[in-house]
Amino acid sequence: MSRRSRLSLFGVSAAGLTALLLWGIAGLPDFGHYRGPYGYALNAVAPTERHVTNVVTATTFDYRGFDTLGEAFILFAAALGVALLLREERAESHSLDHGVRSDAVKLVGLALLPVLLVLGLQVVAHGFITPGGGFQGGVVLASAFALVWLAGRYRAFRRLTPTPAVDFAKGVGAGGYAVVGVVALLLGTSYLQNFGPLGTAGTLASGGSIVLLNLATALEVSAAFVLIFTEYVEELALVPRETRL
Amino acid sequence: MSYLPYALAVWLFVVGLYGVVTSRHLIHLTVCLMVMQSSSYVLLLSIGYVDRGTAPIFADVPKGTRAVDPVVQALTLTDVVVSVAVAALLLAVAMQVRRRHGSADPEQLSAVKG
Repeated sequence: MSRRSRLSLFGVSAAGLTALLLWGIAGLPDFGHYRGPYGYALNAVAPTERHVTNVVTATTFDYRGFDTLGEAFILFAAALGVALLLREERAESHSLDHGVRSDAVKLVGLALLPVLLVLGLQVVAHGFITPGGGFQGGVVLASAFALVWLAGRYRAFRRLTPTPAVDFAKGVGAGGYAVVGVVALLLGTSYLQNFGPLGTAGTLASGGSIVLLNLATALEVSAAFVLIFTEYVEELALVPRETRL
Repeated sequence: MSYLPYALAVWLFVVGLYGVVTSRHLIHLTVCLMVMQSSSYVLLLSIGYVDRGTAPIFADVPKGTRAVDPVVQALTLTDVVVSVAVAALLLAVAMQVRRRHGSADPEQLSAVKG
Protein backbone atom coordinates (compact mmCIF):
# COMPACT_ATOMS: atom_id res chain seq x y z
CA MET A 1 0.00 0.00 0.00
CA SER A 2 1.39 3.40 -0.91
CA ARG A 3 2.11 5.94 1.78
CA ARG A 4 -0.50 8.35 0.48
CA SER A 5 -3.33 5.80 0.39
CA ARG A 6 -2.38 4.54 3.84
CA LEU A 7 -2.51 8.06 5.23
CA SER A 8 -5.92 8.74 3.71
CA LEU A 9 -7.22 5.43 5.06
CA PHE A 10 -5.86 6.41 8.47
CA GLY A 11 -7.44 9.86 8.22
CA VAL A 12 -10.89 8.41 7.59
CA SER A 13 -10.67 5.74 10.28
CA ALA A 14 -9.06 8.09 12.84
CA ALA A 15 -11.89 10.59 12.33
CA GLY A 16 -14.38 7.78 12.93
CA LEU A 17 -12.49 6.55 15.98
CA THR A 18 -12.23 10.06 17.44
CA ALA A 19 -15.96 10.60 16.96
CA LEU A 20 -16.71 7.28 18.70
CA LEU A 21 -14.37 8.07 21.60
CA LEU A 22 -15.81 11.59 22.04
CA TRP A 23 -19.31 10.11 21.98
CA GLY A 24 -18.14 7.64 24.63
CA ILE A 25 -16.68 10.25 26.98
CA ALA A 26 -19.83 12.35 26.65
CA GLY A 27 -21.54 9.57 28.61
CA LEU A 28 -18.99 9.64 31.43
CA PRO A 29 -19.75 11.48 34.67
CA ASP A 30 -18.35 15.05 34.80
CA PHE A 31 -14.69 15.36 35.81
CA GLY A 32 -14.57 15.37 39.61
CA HIS A 33 -17.99 13.74 40.00
CA TYR A 34 -16.88 10.12 40.28
CA ARG A 35 -19.87 7.85 40.86
CA GLY A 36 -18.46 4.35 41.19
CA PRO A 37 -19.28 2.86 44.60
CA TYR A 38 -16.32 0.45 44.65
CA GLY A 39 -13.58 3.03 45.32
CA TYR A 40 -15.67 4.79 47.97
CA ALA A 41 -16.33 1.44 49.65
CA LEU A 42 -12.61 0.59 49.69
CA ASN A 43 -11.71 4.00 51.14
CA ALA A 44 -14.29 3.46 53.85
CA VAL A 45 -13.44 -0.13 54.84
CA ALA A 46 -9.75 -0.68 54.05
CA PRO A 47 -8.20 1.34 56.92
CA THR A 48 -10.29 -0.43 59.56
CA GLU A 49 -10.55 -3.85 57.91
CA ARG A 50 -6.87 -4.26 56.96
CA HIS A 51 -5.14 -1.78 59.29
CA VAL A 52 -3.31 -0.10 56.39
CA THR A 53 -3.33 3.63 55.71
CA ASN A 54 -2.40 3.49 52.01
CA VAL A 55 -5.57 2.25 50.32
CA VAL A 56 -3.87 2.12 46.88
CA THR A 57 -1.44 -0.50 48.20
CA ALA A 58 -4.28 -2.33 49.92
CA THR A 59 -6.08 -2.44 46.56
CA THR A 60 -2.99 -3.60 44.69
CA PHE A 61 -1.88 -6.33 47.08
CA ASP A 62 -5.11 -7.34 48.78
CA TYR A 63 -8.50 -6.52 47.30
CA ARG A 64 -7.24 -6.82 43.70
CA GLY A 65 -4.21 -8.96 44.56
CA PHE A 66 -5.09 -11.49 41.88
CA ASP A 67 -4.79 -8.84 39.14
CA THR A 68 -1.37 -7.87 40.47
CA LEU A 69 -0.28 -11.51 40.18
CA GLY A 70 -0.98 -11.17 36.46
CA GLU A 71 0.95 -7.88 36.29
CA ALA A 72 3.93 -9.44 38.08
CA PHE A 73 4.03 -12.21 35.50
CA ILE A 74 3.69 -9.79 32.55
CA LEU A 75 6.79 -8.06 33.93
CA PHE A 76 8.49 -11.44 34.40
CA ALA A 77 7.73 -12.47 30.81
CA ALA A 78 8.80 -9.11 29.35
CA ALA A 79 12.17 -9.18 31.15
CA LEU A 80 12.62 -12.80 30.06
CA GLY A 81 11.88 -11.79 26.47
CA VAL A 82 14.49 -9.00 26.56
CA ALA A 83 17.08 -11.46 27.91
CA LEU A 84 16.20 -14.08 25.27
CA LEU A 85 16.37 -11.58 22.41
CA LEU A 86 19.63 -9.92 23.41
CA ARG A 87 21.65 -12.61 25.17
CA GLU A 88 22.22 -15.13 22.42
CA GLU A 89 24.51 -13.23 20.08
CA ARG A 90 27.14 -11.92 22.41
CA ALA A 91 30.65 -13.21 22.87
CA GLU A 92 31.58 -12.81 26.52
CA SER A 93 35.31 -12.63 25.71
CA HIS A 94 35.26 -9.32 23.85
CA SER A 95 34.80 -7.20 26.93
CA LEU A 96 35.29 -3.49 26.36
CA ASP A 97 34.74 -0.98 29.10
CA HIS A 98 32.37 1.61 27.67
CA GLY A 99 31.72 3.26 31.01
CA VAL A 100 30.93 6.95 31.35
CA ARG A 101 34.17 8.95 31.55
CA SER A 102 32.99 12.35 32.86
CA ASP A 103 34.20 13.05 36.39
CA ALA A 104 31.16 15.18 37.18
CA VAL A 105 28.79 12.33 36.29
CA LYS A 106 30.84 9.90 38.41
CA LEU A 107 30.84 12.24 41.43
CA VAL A 108 27.12 12.98 41.30
CA GLY A 109 26.42 9.29 40.69
CA LEU A 110 28.44 8.21 43.71
CA ALA A 111 26.80 10.85 45.89
CA LEU A 112 23.32 9.79 44.76
CA LEU A 113 23.91 6.05 45.09
CA PRO A 114 23.40 5.70 48.88
CA VAL A 115 20.52 8.21 48.75
CA LEU A 116 18.70 6.18 46.09
CA LEU A 117 19.31 2.89 47.91
CA VAL A 118 17.88 4.22 51.17
CA LEU A 119 15.00 5.96 49.38
CA GLY A 120 14.15 2.76 47.50
CA LEU A 121 14.15 0.64 50.66
CA GLN A 122 12.11 3.29 52.47
CA VAL A 123 9.51 3.47 49.69
CA VAL A 124 9.22 -0.33 49.70
CA ALA A 125 9.10 -0.77 53.47
CA HIS A 126 6.49 1.95 54.10
CA GLY A 127 4.46 1.04 51.02
CA PHE A 128 1.28 0.29 52.95
CA ILE A 129 1.55 3.35 55.21
CA THR A 130 2.63 6.31 53.06
CA PRO A 131 2.73 6.72 49.25
CA GLY A 132 4.89 3.98 47.77
CA GLY A 133 4.98 0.22 47.57
CA GLY A 134 6.75 -2.66 45.90
CA PHE A 135 6.38 -1.39 42.33
CA GLN A 136 7.61 2.15 42.95
CA GLY A 137 10.34 1.19 45.43
CA GLY A 138 11.52 -1.65 43.19
CA VAL A 139 12.07 0.74 40.29
CA VAL A 140 14.00 3.16 42.56
CA LEU A 141 16.20 0.30 43.80
CA ALA A 142 16.89 -0.85 40.24
CA SER A 143 17.94 2.69 39.28
CA ALA A 144 20.40 2.67 42.20
CA PHE A 145 22.06 -0.35 40.54
CA ALA A 146 22.06 1.53 37.24
CA LEU A 147 23.99 4.32 38.98
CA VAL A 148 26.75 1.83 39.82
CA TRP A 149 27.34 1.46 36.09
CA LEU A 150 27.07 5.20 35.48
CA ALA A 151 29.36 6.20 38.36
CA GLY A 152 31.70 3.24 38.33
CA ARG A 153 32.63 0.83 35.61
CA TYR A 154 30.95 -1.92 33.69
CA ARG A 155 32.91 -4.59 35.60
CA ALA A 156 31.86 -3.18 38.99
CA PHE A 157 28.23 -3.21 37.85
CA ARG A 158 28.49 -6.80 36.65
CA ARG A 159 30.22 -7.95 39.84
CA LEU A 160 27.38 -6.44 41.84
CA THR A 161 24.67 -7.98 39.65
CA PRO A 162 25.80 -11.49 38.65
CA THR A 163 23.28 -12.89 36.17
CA PRO A 164 22.44 -16.07 38.17
CA ALA A 165 21.68 -13.99 41.28
CA VAL A 166 19.47 -11.53 39.37
CA ASP A 167 17.63 -14.36 37.59
CA PHE A 168 17.17 -16.11 40.94
CA ALA A 169 15.84 -12.96 42.65
CA LYS A 170 13.43 -12.40 39.78
CA GLY A 171 12.14 -15.97 40.03
CA VAL A 172 11.83 -15.80 43.82
CA GLY A 173 9.92 -12.50 43.56
CA ALA A 174 7.37 -13.74 41.02
CA GLY A 175 7.18 -17.23 42.53
CA GLY A 176 6.96 -15.87 46.07
CA TYR A 177 3.88 -13.84 45.12
CA ALA A 178 2.15 -16.99 43.88
CA VAL A 179 3.31 -18.96 46.95
CA VAL A 180 1.79 -16.40 49.36
CA GLY A 181 -1.52 -17.07 47.59
CA VAL A 182 -1.08 -20.82 48.03
CA VAL A 183 -0.36 -20.33 51.75
CA ALA A 184 -3.73 -18.56 52.02
CA LEU A 185 -5.31 -21.62 50.35
CA LEU A 186 -3.58 -23.98 52.83
CA LEU A 187 -4.96 -21.86 55.69
CA GLY A 188 -8.42 -22.67 54.39
CA THR A 189 -9.27 -19.28 52.82
CA SER A 190 -9.45 -18.15 49.19
CA TYR A 191 -6.41 -17.74 46.96
CA LEU A 192 -4.50 -14.53 47.90
CA GLN A 193 -6.92 -13.81 50.75
CA ASN A 194 -5.17 -11.69 53.39
CA PHE A 195 -3.85 -13.67 56.33
CA GLY A 196 -1.48 -13.03 59.22
CA PRO A 197 -1.68 -10.61 62.14
CA LEU A 198 -3.09 -7.24 61.08
CA GLY A 199 -1.10 -5.26 63.67
CA THR A 200 -1.47 -1.55 64.39
CA ALA A 201 -2.36 0.75 61.50
CA GLY A 202 0.37 3.25 60.65
CA THR A 203 3.26 1.08 61.86
CA LEU A 204 5.56 -1.24 59.90
CA ALA A 205 3.90 -4.21 61.62
CA SER A 206 0.50 -3.91 59.96
CA GLY A 207 -1.46 -5.19 57.00
CA GLY A 208 -1.04 -8.97 57.36
CA SER A 209 0.13 -10.68 54.16
CA ILE A 210 0.18 -7.33 52.29
CA VAL A 211 3.72 -7.00 53.72
CA LEU A 212 4.82 -10.28 52.10
CA LEU A 213 3.24 -9.50 48.72
CA ASN A 214 4.78 -6.02 48.85
CA LEU A 215 8.26 -7.47 49.43
CA ALA A 216 7.85 -10.16 46.74
CA THR A 217 6.79 -7.50 44.24
CA ALA A 218 9.69 -5.23 45.19
CA LEU A 219 12.12 -8.10 44.61
CA GLU A 220 10.50 -9.03 41.30
CA VAL A 221 10.35 -5.45 39.98
CA SER A 222 13.89 -4.49 40.99
CA ALA A 223 15.37 -7.75 39.67
CA ALA A 224 13.42 -7.48 36.40
CA PHE A 225 14.60 -3.91 35.80
CA VAL A 226 18.20 -4.71 36.78
CA LEU A 227 18.04 -7.62 34.31
CA ILE A 228 16.65 -5.42 31.51
CA PHE A 229 19.26 -2.78 32.28
CA THR A 230 22.07 -5.37 32.33
CA GLU A 231 21.07 -6.66 28.91
CA TYR A 232 21.19 -3.16 27.39
CA VAL A 233 24.47 -2.28 29.13
CA GLU A 234 26.01 -5.49 27.79
CA GLU A 235 24.93 -4.43 24.31
CA LEU A 236 27.20 -1.41 24.78
CA ALA A 237 30.05 -3.18 26.53
CA LEU A 238 30.33 -6.42 24.59
CA VAL A 239 30.81 -6.78 20.86
CA PRO A 240 28.43 -9.27 19.23
CA ARG A 241 29.88 -12.19 17.28
CA GLU A 242 28.73 -10.74 13.98
CA THR A 243 30.04 -7.37 12.89
CA ARG A 244 28.16 -4.42 14.25
CA LEU A 245 25.86 -2.64 11.85
CA MET B 1 -14.62 22.30 30.60
CA SER B 2 -15.37 19.32 32.79
CA TYR B 3 -14.69 16.88 29.95
CA LEU B 4 -11.27 18.29 29.10
CA PRO B 5 -9.21 15.54 30.84
CA TYR B 6 -11.13 12.84 28.94
CA ALA B 7 -10.65 14.74 25.70
CA LEU B 8 -6.92 14.91 26.46
CA ALA B 9 -6.87 11.10 26.75
CA VAL B 10 -8.60 10.80 23.35
CA TRP B 11 -6.11 13.27 21.83
CA LEU B 12 -3.10 11.35 23.21
CA PHE B 13 -4.49 8.07 21.88
CA VAL B 14 -5.23 9.36 18.37
CA VAL B 15 -1.98 11.32 18.07
CA GLY B 16 0.00 8.27 19.20
CA LEU B 17 -1.85 6.13 16.67
CA TYR B 18 -0.99 8.66 13.94
CA GLY B 19 2.67 8.29 14.95
CA VAL B 20 2.47 4.50 14.81
CA VAL B 21 0.85 4.52 11.36
CA THR B 22 3.31 7.00 9.82
CA SER B 23 6.40 5.78 11.68
CA ARG B 24 9.62 5.39 9.69
CA HIS B 25 11.68 3.86 12.50
CA LEU B 26 10.95 1.06 14.98
CA ILE B 27 12.27 3.03 17.98
CA HIS B 28 10.04 5.96 17.02
CA LEU B 29 7.18 3.47 16.73
CA THR B 30 7.80 2.20 20.28
CA VAL B 31 7.77 5.74 21.65
CA CYS B 32 4.48 6.44 19.83
CA LEU B 33 3.03 3.30 21.36
CA MET B 34 4.00 4.63 24.80
CA VAL B 35 2.24 7.92 23.99
CA MET B 36 -0.88 5.88 23.16
CA GLN B 37 -0.53 3.99 26.42
CA SER B 38 -0.17 7.20 28.43
CA SER B 39 -3.70 8.10 27.33
CA SER B 40 -4.88 5.20 29.50
CA TYR B 41 -3.20 6.75 32.57
CA VAL B 42 -4.89 10.10 31.94
CA LEU B 43 -8.27 8.47 31.37
CA LEU B 44 -8.08 6.19 34.44
CA LEU B 45 -6.89 8.90 36.81
CA SER B 46 -9.38 11.49 35.60
CA ILE B 47 -12.31 9.07 35.89
CA GLY B 48 -11.42 8.40 39.54
CA TYR B 49 -10.94 12.04 40.50
CA VAL B 50 -13.31 13.47 43.08
CA ASP B 51 -13.73 17.24 43.53
CA ARG B 52 -11.57 18.47 46.44
CA GLY B 53 -10.64 14.86 47.22
CA THR B 54 -7.31 14.00 48.79
CA ALA B 55 -5.07 11.02 47.93
CA PRO B 56 -6.53 7.73 49.26
CA ILE B 57 -3.82 7.56 51.93
CA PHE B 58 -5.07 8.01 55.47
CA ALA B 59 -1.74 8.30 57.27
CA ASP B 60 -2.00 12.01 58.03
CA VAL B 61 -5.70 12.66 57.53
CA PRO B 62 -8.54 11.08 59.54
CA LYS B 63 -10.42 8.08 58.15
CA GLY B 64 -13.47 9.09 56.20
CA THR B 65 -11.84 12.14 54.60
CA ARG B 66 -13.12 12.62 51.06
CA ALA B 67 -10.56 10.85 48.85
CA VAL B 68 -10.23 9.91 45.19
CA ASP B 69 -10.79 6.37 43.90
CA PRO B 70 -7.92 4.01 44.89
CA VAL B 71 -8.83 1.31 42.34
CA VAL B 72 -7.95 3.31 39.22
CA GLN B 73 -4.78 4.53 40.93
CA ALA B 74 -3.71 0.94 41.59
CA LEU B 75 -4.47 0.10 37.94
CA THR B 76 -2.43 3.07 36.69
CA LEU B 77 0.48 2.16 38.94
CA THR B 78 0.83 -1.35 37.53
CA ASP B 79 0.10 0.00 34.04
CA VAL B 80 3.12 2.34 34.21
CA VAL B 81 5.54 -0.36 35.37
CA VAL B 82 4.34 -2.92 32.85
CA SER B 83 4.41 -0.41 29.99
CA VAL B 84 8.09 0.32 30.67
CA ALA B 85 8.92 -3.39 30.69
CA VAL B 86 6.99 -3.92 27.44
CA ALA B 87 8.79 -0.93 25.87
CA ALA B 88 12.11 -2.57 26.82
CA LEU B 89 10.96 -5.76 25.10
CA LEU B 90 9.89 -3.87 21.95
CA LEU B 91 13.23 -2.00 21.82
CA ALA B 92 15.05 -5.35 22.05
CA VAL B 93 12.94 -6.59 19.11
CA ALA B 94 13.80 -3.40 17.21
CA MET B 95 17.51 -3.99 17.82
CA GLN B 96 17.29 -7.57 16.56
CA VAL B 97 15.36 -6.49 13.46
CA ARG B 98 18.00 -3.86 12.70
CA ARG B 99 20.75 -6.42 13.19
CA ARG B 100 19.19 -9.09 11.02
CA HIS B 101 17.68 -7.02 8.21
CA GLY B 102 19.92 -3.97 8.19
CA SER B 103 17.02 -1.56 8.59
CA ALA B 104 14.67 -0.40 11.30
CA ASP B 105 12.25 1.29 8.90
CA PRO B 106 8.94 -0.63 8.85
CA GLU B 107 8.49 0.34 5.18
CA GLN B 108 11.69 -1.47 4.25
CA LEU B 109 10.64 -4.55 6.14
CA SER B 110 7.58 -5.30 4.00
CA ALA B 111 9.43 -8.13 2.24
CA VAL B 112 10.88 -9.75 5.37
CA LYS B 113 11.90 -13.32 4.79
CA GLY B 114 10.35 -15.83 7.14
